[in-house]
Amino acid sequence: MSTLDIALWGVLPYLVAVLFVGGLIWRWRYDQFGWTTRSSQLYESALLRFGSPVFHFGILVVLVGHIIGLLVPKSWTETLGMSQETYHVQALVLGGVAGVCTLAGIVLLVYRRRTRGPVFMATTWNDKIMYLVLAAAIVAGLAVTLLGAGATGEGHDYRTTVSPWFRSLFVLRPDVEAMTHADTAFHVHVLFGLTLFAIWPFTRLVHAFSAPIGYLFRPYIVYRRRRPALSSPASRAPRPGWGADRRQRLRR
Amino acid sequence: MRVMAQLAMVMNLDKCIGCHTCSVTCKQAWTNRPGVEYVWFNNVETRPGQGYPRRYEDQERWRGGWRLNRRGRLTLTAGGRLRKLLTIFSNPVMPTIDDYYEPWTYDYDTLITAPVGEDFPVARPKSLLSGKPMAIEWSANWDDDLGGAPELGHLDPMVAQVRERTSEQVLMEYEKSFMMYLPRICEHCLNPSCVASCPSGAMYKRSEDGIVLVDQDRCRGWRMCVTGCPYKKVYFNHRTGKAEKCTFCYPRVEVGLPTVCSETCVGRLRYIGLVLYDADRVTAAASVPDETDLYAAQLDLMLDPHDPEVIAGARREGISDDWIEAAQRSPIHALAKTYRVALPLHPEYRTMPMVWYVPPLSPVSEALRDTGFDGEDVDNLFGAIETLRIPVAYLASLFSAGDTTVVDGVLRRLAAMRSYMRRVTLGEELDEGIAAAVGMTGDQLVELYRLLAIAKYEDRYVIPSAYAEQGHQLEELACSLDVDGGPGMYGSGPFGEASGRPVPVSVETFHALRQRQTSSGFADPESRAAKVNLLNWDGRGTPPGMFPPAAEPSEPPGPAGGSPEASSDAPSGEEQR
Repeated sequence: MSTLDIALWGVLPYLVAVLFVGGLIWRWRYDQFGWTTRSSQLYESALLRFGSPVFHFGILVVLVGHIIGLLVPKSWTETLGMSQETYHVQALVLGGVAGVCTLAGIVLLVYRRRTRGPVFMATTWNDKIMYLVLAAAIVAGLAVTLLGAGATGEGHDYRTTVSPWFRSLFVLRPDVEAMTHADTAFHVHVLFGLTLFAIWPFTRLVHAFSAPIGYLFRPYIVYRRRRPALSSPASRAPRPGWGADRRQRLRR
Repeated sequence: MRVMAQLAMVMNLDKCIGCHTCSVTCKQAWTNRPGVEYVWFNNVETRPGQGYPRRYEDQERWRGGWRLNRRGRLTLTAGGRLRKLLTIFSNPVMPTIDDYYEPWTYDYDTLITAPVGEDFPVARPKSLLSGKPMAIEWSANWDDDLGGAPELGHLDPMVAQVRERTSEQVLMEYEKSFMMYLPRICEHCLNPSCVASCPSGAMYKRSEDGIVLVDQDRCRGWRMCVTGCPYKKVYFNHRTGKAEKCTFCYPRVEVGLPTVCSETCVGRLRYIGLVLYDADRVTAAASVPDETDLYAAQLDLMLDPHDPEVIAGARREGISDDWIEAAQRSPIHALAKTYRVALPLHPEYRTMPMVWYVPPLSPVSEALRDTGFDGEDVDNLFGAIETLRIPVAYLASLFSAGDTTVVDGVLRRLAAMRSYMRRVTLGEELDEGIAAAVGMTGDQLVELYRLLAIAKYEDRYVIPSAYAEQGHQLEELACSLDVDGGPGMYGSGPFGEASGRPVPVSVETFHALRQRQTSSGFADPESRAAKVNLLNWDGRGTPPGMFPPAAEPSEPPGPAGGSPEASSDAPSGEEQR
């Protein structure tokens, strides 16, 4: 267990967590107007129509896979009578299919971004860096899915190395030892993942945190008052200009 | 009964000459920014024509508005909540830029930088989206004045509908064609399908005046509102990734001024006023089974502002007396409900639109005049309305879900007004029979004439202002210099176009003044925050940055002048709190 190991698996995750959570809070308060998908569908629809759903649904399944793989301890699935082989087969099938979909989606989307003039013009440096990190994390993730399932000889059981380390992070006692036993491929994937989380609040990826679940439950037509009622004693003195009552509540 | 107030508009199409002044002034006021180059909150279409965006009325394709499902309940044509969330990653029925038009500019630079040569340099058009040279093939009013109608006229979805309904061809040969102009803004519907489509809940209807707005801070760019609006009057700003739409010029109407499009209309054909309606019955009215009953249902929603019960209801909902009084004098209520000469655009979309149109009698009377008959004679006009089925059927496809009896009745009332008033003008004997033939009295026809033909400013615009005690809040709406690269643009945050918060004008002015008063020199032209503010420039000298630099370098700035210290004091978003 070298100093580098401690820095990478004992310290870095917490720095990333601070950057991620703090960054999100800061951006939510500072930059409501910039918080958007920045969709480019207006420019080009034919490629987006396939690329975007394939990528997004793919990465949602990947998310579920990560939750199962990282948070559910090995002993639980064994209690359920699931053997190591069965687990790996389902992980390979589910993760492989979702991962390939995600990769195919992002390849199509990046191709579209590069070749369609207006879409390329609308691509910022911020976007380019984000795409690079995201693609790297996906490729590395797909690689460790194959490794983990033993597609190349002896399978590496990440549920005895990476997963315990990940869970230990949340109880503030990072199990660096466990992580050092993981394959280098896993190390690379985790590092790309941490980078992604670190830049997340500062890219367009923030739109993931405004998934409009509330739409399922609200009434169709939204009415809003122009100003908070002046007679109401609870209301603060309204901000000048276009600071509507709603906005005040968001900000303060 | 839940009484609500709604600001509404009427446009008298007989007076529209298709000059596009409304569109141009609206664009200057609201959409002269990068990202909305292709956007016209107000546009004027020549009909028959495809409209803007092209064929927007083809709801088989664009799936805007509401429809009744199998159980007879009102649902969004493009699908309900779950379907919206499942298609959120790529909206299957969103128009692309080609359906509007690709915005362009001209390569003006070539004109002054081209080397000396045999040929005159030309400014070639280049795309504002890709920056590449492009061929201009379409725009917001490419088929203006029936341009290309013989080839493209059949692409008007309403022409196809009329053809189906009447089994007659709408004649497109130039000499046989009829034509009208249709200015369009957001309808500020009572039952807005764009608001219902917004997954983020960023779109809302203001409960005070019914104006439909997009909260720019809560919009997340899911684009469902663009699909939801059957009139395609919600647009996507491709630079900021947010939806934008006609605001009914709320900063103006709040202080009692008419919208920019109305104010600048040379034909004086627009009317603005309040309508009181029963909010509890909107859904029921929008759900009547037969499309041709929707117009009547919508009229039925509008409450009589003189009815004591309505007045009591309005007061209960906190509508003030000057608003009730404005509703009583409302030209919208008069034209739409009392005289029934104004009709909603496409009531069959079930959104209960609140911009009304007085259909044009001109196609009919002009056709009559061309045949040599007296185009102002009431019997001739009535006969012509009956005979000229194509214009009437076409108007009905726009304004009454295809029900020609509604349009027929409106045109008859307008015809009766013309004939009656001609007798008044010529000093002939008044003929009450003309008025009676359309179920009105002579006095009513004169009143209608005053409203439609004299159309005094104060009769056209009856707009109650927002409360005086709230007046100070109406300040600081935005800086007019907040354009890309403009002096007001230093509010741009680190995440691209216009992220972060706008800097209030007063903060900007405060810093500019302080900087000038506490330094002996002038503003550092390199600092965006220190640019010369002409509003408070007192004429002392010529500050650097105001004119292009002279050939020889000017004096270096003094030790205290234009100091980096001062420019680092530039207002930031934080200071706004």
